[in-house]
Amino acid sequence: MDARVKRIHRLPGYLLLSAIAGTAQAGSGKLQETAGVNQIEGSSGGGLVPWATLAGYDSREQWSASVFTTRVNFENYRLHVYGVNASINDRVELSFAQQTFELLDIPFGEHEISQQIVGVKARLYGDLVYSSWPQVSAGIHFKQLDEDVIASAAGAKDSNSGQDFYLAMAKAHLGLLAGYNVAWNATVRATKANQFGLLGYGGDLNDSYELMLEGSVAFFPRRELALGIEYRQKPNNLSFAKEEDAWDCFLAYIPNKHFNFTLSWVQMGSIAGSEDQQGLYASITGYLW
Amino acid sequence: MVIRNLPKVGLLCAFLSACQTPTQPSLYQRLGGESGVAGIVDSFIYEINFSSSIFHYFEQTDFDRFRTIMIEHLCSVSDGPCEYSGDSMLESHQGLNISEADFNVTVDLLINAMNYQKVPLTIQNQLLNRLIPLRPQIIYQ
Repeated sequence: MDARVKRIHRLPGYLLLSAIAGTAQAGSGKLQETAGVNQIEGSSGGGLVPWATLAGYDSREQWSASVFTTRVNFENYRLHVYGVNASINDRVELSFAQQTFELLDIPFGEHEISQQIVGVKARLYGDLVYSSWPQVSAGIHFKQLDEDVIASAAGAKDSNSGQDFYLAMAKAHLGLLAGYNVAWNATVRATKANQFGLLGYGGDLNDSYELMLEGSVAFFPRRELALGIEYRQKPNNLSFAKEEDAWDCFLAYIPNKHFNFTLSWVQMGSIAGSEDQQGLYASITGYLW
Repeated sequence: MVIRNLPKVGLLCAFLSACQTPTQPSLYQRLGGESGVAGIVDSFIYEINFSSSIFHYFEQTDFDRFRTIMIEHLCSVSDGPCEYSGDSMLESHQGLNISEADFNVTVDLLINAMNYQKVPLTIQNQLLNRLIPLRPQIIYQ
């Protein structure tokens, strides 16, 4: 009851944001595919990695907003994410993501972890396509867990909230590979989050910020298709269960500036003692304007 | 002297080009040469005339001249045998104050035109890549 009701109560927030953004000029002023897709923490990016791109098709005089939902089915877990993302004047991105992580085969206790992530990202320099140097953005993920039970049982130092800080750069190269477009992104993140924050922040092995590297490469065999790989380094803060780096291979279908659909195979490694967690990731984003 | 040496120079050129590995056709040739580029420009003009957000920039435009100049421009940008005789990109967009959004709409129209002319994606990308450096001379002027 509780968690679900709480989540519904947050809905008016989105609607308000939608209403505010609705007063600005609609965003269609960027080239198709340059908005990326929404990654699992709600920021514009690939599947796992936040990119330097901003989430909408807005240009300097425009706003845009999108809603998205993502599901990942692992062997022992299931992750649902839904959220909203607004991009203002191709300069600032604001995002909200609600993550629900279900534990499938737990005989007793909590079966679900909920985390909210508020994201802010600012484009500092450049344009993915047009500048000679890569587009550079900096962002913060403010993460908050609904319940601290599982995170504290896992040994997290902070089982309520944590922040990640990241710097990302990305560049698209038109016609680079036999005439096909190629894009890449590199992100460095300062974080204490255990399994994205779902198992709290910091732990008995380490409780200070560490720099993690994340990277993505995408190839565009058609104008509406992106085929790529991503790698995301993660901390290993808890002696209770080792944490491994994550990676994925994705196929994003971006037929127009109104919606996109991403399928991906995600390898998370060990999660809370369950080895070799991998599974299918599906995500859909709709742009409201 | 110069005239007497010409045959030798010609021979040297022939010799050098014979030694090279078979040269890749230029981007111009891959765009379909004269008729290919003319087709792209015709479709582009057609797209402009249907674009509510872009057309007002072209209200004063003499499209016959625009067509000639743009064919020349695409030809020279793609290593074709043409010399661009029009105004610089900066001069021809001065005072229009073209926004980034409208610029990108125009790129979309050019892509539509190339799609209509069935220009392969890889060739489209290479042409767009050569046009990218012109953007700063076009927007907000």
